[in-house]
Amino acid sequence: MNAVSYAAQAVPADWPGGYWWHWLFYTVVIIVFVLVMVMGAIYIERRGMGRMQLRYGPNRTGPFGLLQPVADALKVLLKENIVPNVADKIVHWLAPVIAFTPVLLIFAVIPFQNGALLTDLNIGILFIVAVSSISTVGVFMAGWGSGNKYSLLGAMRNVAAVVSYEIPMVLAIIGVVIFTGSLSTGAIVDAQDIPFILVQPLGFLIFFIAASAEINRSPFDLMEADSELTAGFHTEYSGMKFAMFYLVEYAEAIAMSAIITTIFLSGWRGPWLPPWLWFIIKTIIVFFVMVWTRATLPRVRIDQLMALAWKFLFPAAVINLFVSAIEVLVWPDISQWIFVGVNIAVAVIAIGVGTKMFKPGWGKVAV
Amino acid sequence: MGQAAAFWIMAVVIVGAALAVVFLRNVFRAALLLILCFIGVAGIYITLSADFLAAVQILVYVGAISVLIILAVMMTRGGMQTGNPSNKLRIPAVIVGAALLGILIYAVTTSTWSISMQEPLTDTTAPLATQLFSENGYILPVLIGATLLLAAILGAIVITRENPGNKENKK
Repeated sequence: MNAVSYAAQAVPADWPGGYWWHWLFYTVVIIVFVLVMVMGAIYIERRGMGRMQLRYGPNRTGPFGLLQPVADALKVLLKENIVPNVADKIVHWLAPVIAFTPVLLIFAVIPFQNGALLTDLNIGILFIVAVSSISTVGVFMAGWGSGNKYSLLGAMRNVAAVVSYEIPMVLAIIGVVIFTGSLSTGAIVDAQDIPFILVQPLGFLIFFIAASAEINRSPFDLMEADSELTAGFHTEYSGMKFAMFYLVEYAEAIAMSAIITTIFLSGWRGPWLPPWLWFIIKTIIVFFVMVWTRATLPRVRIDQLMALAWKFLFPAAVINLFVSAIEVLVWPDISQWIFVGVNIAVAVIAIGVGTKMFKPGWGKVAV
Repeated sequence: MGQAAAFWIMAVVIVGAALAVVFLRNVFRAALLLILCFIGVAGIYITLSADFLAAVQILVYVGAISVLIILAVMMTRGGMQTGNPSNKLRIPAVIVGAALLGILIYAVTTSTWSISMQEPLTDTTAPLATQLFSENGYILPVLIGATLLLAAILGAIVITRENPGNKENKK
């Protein structure tokens, strides 16, 4: 296999034969992929974070503790399901389902290999943004339906975070879309002869931060900050329904890693290895960086969360959008490597000026 | 056949959800059913080959507007939780509502709708953008709309801002 063989073998659109077989095959693949990756993600997070914090992490169940997620899943499924008396029963029951479904839907437009996806929508990336916003509704329903002040507070913090961070996130995606000229995820991967992490470094950083905030990853996990809110919106959940929320948390992290892989790290493209393996490797690397940030950074306060979104990420995203638009409009034909240099310089300047805003002397942020 | 089935499922869901929004006493549940109604409308858009519009419908109405409605419900816990308090305007409201419904039904059933026989566009995003932003398209209304929204946002900030001068006047 040589370096360009990936482009040669596009999977036909209705593989393996017929509309319904295609649908069935990819539905099963997506569900299995999400469940297995979530197990892997939990293992990586617990063992990797253990290593970073100079402890072992779970290492007793199976070789290297590999079976620990299985044991945890079994344990949590067998636990008693407790519903509070004051809970809004129907809402409380529906919330985990409504939070989980959109995460599976996201994978419908993520290409695992050239042409290997459930459906290559014309509006792929917009579909992802739209569908992932439904997940928030499940969180509210959990927070409200539990009839508990900690749940409600957690859900309200989640609203604030999601509404604020959705804006820089979408603006960062628009930078990529401008360079690609299409909203389709397949076309975005095809356009990445140079991975967009180099062409859009500022956009990548903004998207990574906003995505971490949107899915409640530390350091933005203050909607479930244990020291303040017990467990945030899922305080009153136990047994199977808690397992669903746990699943949603990691499935969202995997989904965001897969999206970042697709739109910034050139998706399934790469030399030597088979494309689907490249896709999985890149997804795991992105997830590992998320674990790394979680182990490194302290949790932010709610006002810092808002300030970061509106005073830093939003202006930076607008700058990124303008620079990208000017580049594509004025120099449509020159090599993208020139933009790589220019955009890295823009990113360094924007981040340098932006961080000054958060220092006591400069900027108006009270300490 | 498939499209007709999809339309009728969606139509029943939309009308049912909309009726429930009006009649439910629990405001939070009403807001949730409003979301269901919006999603149903997005489904109708998809059967009409307007995929971009469907995604925007979900993004704007489910992702943003419903979230704000739910946030408002959460903020005003207690007072709004048990539904619409009624007052002496109840009967006039029923009359006006019934009259409006009658006019709408009359208008919808008697007007002749022009049905296009052309094949729907497969990629709707680029033609929409051309219509909205090209020189002989709708660029002026788009800009005016954007200015109006900006003015509304500024107005909201001015109204809700705490005035440090008259703190004791409050409350």
